[in-house]
Amino acid sequence: MTENTNTNKINSFQREKNRDEMRQQIITFALMIFFTMIAFFAVMMGISSTFVIPLLLVLAVVQVGFQFYYFMHMKDKGHEIPAALIYGGIFVTALVIVTFVAIIWW
Amino acid sequence: MSITATQKRGFSAVLWDYLTTVDHKKVGILYLIGGGFFFLLGGLEALIIRIQLIKPENDFISAGLYNEMITMHGTTMIFLAATPLLFGLMNYIMPLQIGARDVAFPFLNALGFWLFFSGGVLLNLSWFTGAPDAGWTNYAPLSVQSPGHGVDFYVMGLQLAGAGTLMSGINFIVTIVTMRAPGMTYMRMPLFSWTTLVTSILVLFAFPALTVGLFLMMFDRMFDTAFFDVALGGNTVIWQHLFWIFGHPEVYILILPAFGIFSEIIPTFSRKRLFGYTAMVFATFLIAFLGFMVWAHHMFTVGLGPVANSIFAVATMAIAVPTGIKIFNWLFTMWGGSIVINSAMLWTLAFVPSFTIGGMTGVMLGASVADYQYHDTYFVVAHFHYVIVGGVVFALLAAMHYWWPKMFGRILHEGLGKLAFWTFFIGFHLTFFIQHFLGLMGMPRRYWVFLENQGLDTGNLISTIGAFFMTFGTIVFVINIVYTAMKGEKAPADPWDGRTLEWTLSSPPAHYNFKQLPLVRGLDPLWIEKTEGNGKMTPAEPLDEIHMPNSSIVPLIMTIGFFIASYGFIYQVDHKAWLIAVYVGMAIALGSMLYRSLKDDHGHHITKDELEREAD
Repeated sequence: MTENTNTNKINSFQREKNRDEMRQQIITFALMIFFTMIAFFAVMMGISSTFVIPLLLVLAVVQVGFQFYYFMHMKDKGHEIPAALIYGGIFVTALVIVTFVAIIWW
Repeated sequence: MSITATQKRGFSAVLWDYLTTVDHKKVGILYLIGGGFFFLLGGLEALIIRIQLIKPENDFISAGLYNEMITMHGTTMIFLAATPLLFGLMNYIMPLQIGARDVAFPFLNALGFWLFFSGGVLLNLSWFTGAPDAGWTNYAPLSVQSPGHGVDFYVMGLQLAGAGTLMSGINFIVTIVTMRAPGMTYMRMPLFSWTTLVTSILVLFAFPALTVGLFLMMFDRMFDTAFFDVALGGNTVIWQHLFWIFGHPEVYILILPAFGIFSEIIPTFSRKRLFGYTAMVFATFLIAFLGFMVWAHHMFTVGLGPVANSIFAVATMAIAVPTGIKIFNWLFTMWGGSIVINSAMLWTLAFVPSFTIGGMTGVMLGASVADYQYHDTYFVVAHFHYVIVGGVVFALLAAMHYWWPKMFGRILHEGLGKLAFWTFFIGFHLTFFIQHFLGLMGMPRRYWVFLENQGLDTGNLISTIGAFFMTFGTIVFVINIVYTAMKGEKAPADPWDGRTLEWTLSSPPAHYNFKQLPLVRGLDPLWIEKTEGNGKMTPAEPLDEIHMPNSSIVPLIMTIGFFIASYGFIYQVDHKAWLIAVYVGMAIALGSMLYRSLKDDHGHHITKDELEREAD
């Protein structure tokens, strides 16, 4: 009879973690919808494009970050290598974009 | 047991087995067969090129055919011979080295092979209707204006082969990240597995650039877009950038596994652990990283401007540093070791000076100012043959001798191996060393003929004689394979007194590889057990059922679909009826994908009883 007497404790710990996780997901989701609304209104109100375009890009980057880190769990342990590969991919893509912007149409 | 079972089965059963296999070892062998076939084909093309250049103003083949010959030689050797042969070795050896029972996605593995093979077949079928003739680099606008369908075959063939390579690369990354045996930490992985990982990462990042470039080329040629058409606002240099953003990492995709192979062979036959293991891993990563920032050194004469040229020149020369680290580490591994010289080791020893010469001319070419003199001359041809033949081909042949017993259960004949080595080695230097000087004297690349009395006659004759030596060496190697298959010496599990996990298995290994996954206690796990007197691995798990994937014909059918569709794309320019081939082909391919997605295939289990019945 060596039953694990800590089961309940582990469960409550797990439940606590799940609740935190869910709260984070909902907050991120709400924020992303909020960002999307900002983007929409910014374009609809006809603010000058020199301001709107950088704003949209910044919002997009933040949303991609949320997507990766919260929805796709890149913030969790054990995702270091996918993260490294994604950053490697971003590096190569950036290199290509820099090339085409800077070298070809100098 | 598996050998006797194979011998009892009929030919059609074996054929069906290979057509449907998802076993990483059989896929590896298929890669070796496919790559070997294209290697011989590319070699034949090389020989024809050299015969054409044996004397001034020769007319052995016509100018147009010569253009097709050089294009197909380059394309075949890079995409259809060197890459698949290395992928075959990675497929077979890497899972054994990290202690896995298969790759992460066995179905994808088979699909990757069939896509590569169908791409190669498609490309070579163009010989019957007019092969691509714009050089293996396929520069626009020459390639856009090339008449006939040759370049279309190039585009579609490479698109298929490239897709196969890309998915195999992803497969290897996932396998190494997730499927290492208990105790096999990253810093205990054998160097060949390390280079497989880094190469796969390069494949993952580099091949999309080729895919995009090929799509742009396809749309320009088939659907009247103008990405490369200057008259309509396009830019021809885009192709060069995209091709070389892929193309330069591609040369590291070829050479890094070669480095890995030598890093396995040298410690084994010097009976010493690899000198500077950590530095070797670090250097591999550094080469991969720098490999992405040097592509424009192929384009120094395009007119990027002095700033861009200088940046890329410095980055290029920087690669000599990690490569130098590797060369010295190999030398230090051999230093003081008790060296055994056999065929595998001969190829390895020949690699070191040959590759170093290639690296040295590489630094010369990397000096952007001097490159204006060297560009598009035979100096470049000599340089890249020194690194690719002296590096990759030597590595492949060394690896064949080293791993042949593991893969096929028989040891390649030493005498024939040495004969092949010496003729090929001498022939190689005879062919390409003189080309440095031909280039410096101004002989341009890719020219059909040269004029007499310009100091080029003797050099070209010597070069062609060398090519015949290399051909002889290759034929001897093929004879060696046939001889070994018929009456070669049976190989024990560990013929070389090896150090890594693949030598703990029978030769060839059972289809589930490891009856029980081994417990890895450090770098060179088998060697550790040997020095501590155990002689075999401690199992990391009790004997239990093994879960294995089922064979499937779907990868082949899917590939046939893409193959038919590619033909349709090429010829729909002539007649719209060919669109039927596109629709039918895509229907077959997409239907196979749908079938694969909807039908659950949980694989099969090998029961404990079966495993206990089989002798070790």
